Amino acid sequence: MRNPSLPAYNFAYLDEQTKRMIRRAILKAIAIPGYQVPFASREMPMPYGWGTGGVQVTASILGPDDVLKVIDQGADDTTNAVSIRAFFAKVANVATTTRTADATIIQTRHRIPETPLAHGQIIVYQVPIPEPLRFLEPRETETRVMHALEEYGLVHVKLYEDIAQHGHIATTYAYPVKVEGRYVMDPSPIPKFDNPKMHRSPALQLFGAGREKRIYALPPFTDVVSLDFEDHPFTVQRFEARCALCNAQEVYLDEVITDDRGGRMFVCSDTDYCETRRSKGSQVGGLPQHGAAKADWEAAE
Amino acid sequence: MNSEPILSVRKLEKRYGNFIGCTDVSFDVWPGEVVAIVGESGSGKTTLLNCISTRMERSSGEIRYRMRDQRFPDLAELGEAELRFLMRTDWGFVHQNPADGLRMRVSAGANVGERLMAIGDRNYGDIRSRASDWLERVEIAASRIDDMPVSFSGGMRQRLQIARNLVTHPRLIFMDEPTGGLDVSVQARVLDLLRMLVSDLGLSVIIVTHDLGVARLLSQRMIVMKSGRIVEQGLTDRVMDDPSHPYTQLLVASILEN
Repeated sequence: MRNPSLPAYNFAYLDEQTKRMIRRAILKAIAIPGYQVPFASREMPMPYGWGTGGVQVTASILGPDDVLKVIDQGADDTTNAVSIRAFFAKVANVATTTRTADATIIQTRHRIPETPLAHGQIIVYQVPIPEPLRFLEPRETETRVMHALEEYGLVHVKLYEDIAQHGHIATTYAYPVKVEGRYVMDPSPIPKFDNPKMHRSPALQLFGAGREKRIYALPPFTDVVSLDFEDHPFTVQRFEARCALCNAQEVYLDEVITDDRGGRMFVCSDTDYCETRRSKGSQVGGLPQHGAAKADWEAAE
Repeated sequence: MNSEPILSVRKLEKRYGNFIGCTDVSFDVWPGEVVAIVGESGSGKTTLLNCISTRMERSSGEIRYRMRDQRFPDLAELGEAELRFLMRTDWGFVHQNPADGLRMRVSAGANVGERLMAIGDRNYGDIRSRASDWLERVEIAASRIDDMPVSFSGGMRQRLQIARNLVTHPRLIFMDEPTGGLDVSVQARVLDLLRMLVSDLGLSVIIVTHDLGVARLLSQRMIVMKSGRIVEQGLTDRVMDDPSHPYTQLLVASILEN
């Protein structure tokens, strides 16, 4: 019965009815920033934990003219990023890029690119556990009531516990935020270093949790405030070192072990940012402030 | 003593299908008063307590509570948000098993501070110093503020649970067999502490117990229940010394003499 001229699957893998269902969830999520909208998550051709939620959101919003970038821990060349990019190149035949500025849709796991996002761009986060209260309150019925009634004292119990045990707020990723003064939201496991980038971002931010079947969103220019105490204000991680490849500072760095004698280097976690800087001639040794930078670097060592 | 009741229960009934949990229960609680509900196992004491504290839905009847602004609404008229706010500020609930009332995986300080954070306190140093004050008031060394309740003894856990409930200065405390699981010497200490705090803070307390000794020590008034009904109520000393209902006479007679 099947017309042999039709392809075996729909554009961007999901059938049109599924995409409509997901788009409705996305629209509702945009209308209520930070609120977790349930959706009928589908089986995807990849295991849970690999970004099935993000992939479904991306598939639903992808058009033939879109340019897709996929990052995993900031890198374009890691397994997860490569396979998802290849997946959409195959099932949607869309253009892909590693350049943040060229992309219209960026699917991400664990990072927000260093290059500021612009109006018109959409960033799709892969979310493992969407519920920010989950580790303190295991009952879903209870957490829903807590969201409905804005009972968020429990989040501060967690932060209190951090300070009591470690002397400072030791939560470094999936750091809870309050959206538009209303919903407390889990920003997915991005480092808290990236939390300020969500605040009033001109880009549309979508969050998809495949296993937990939830979608939530931050429309452009939404207030996103990281929770804290008056006497222990929110701060981001700081790095003593600069990137060993492009000499960047004030960016999120990965520590790379280079040998088994304690040798290590710090490099940009955002590979595109690092490459762009190097192609423009910024590299260690190629800059006038080399001396100062090197001193920093050695001091950090 | 104030001339208006803080809590008023009228014709309260709770049914489990055809089975009666408690029925035709009417009584008042006055500010600063400790009321004990006694009776044997299965007499409907805990059902009654759970209904009054809205942890369980009643089948019929009236429960009115004097709010801080002197309104006196039926609890069923309050919205869920208002009720939950009441429960974590103006009320306290001390469970028999402290593990039910505590967060066992967060420190003692966070347990005490939770209610403060729930009502919007956002200053760590302030929360911590108030938690530490309360730990000392319930005779837990302030040096244990960062220890987990799992490392506490049964008596300490119970005292921690009491501190956690009292930190927001509630006006009405519900207690369900607060000394039930404790050995006798620890029980005495917890009772002593409770008696002191209740009189210091002028709390109203509804305490459920099967132990007439506990009731005699803490309460001014006593309600005796049997098969879901109140068989006798009155001043504790009167009920204990001159019980009028045969069942109460039996209960009083069954106290072990030293």
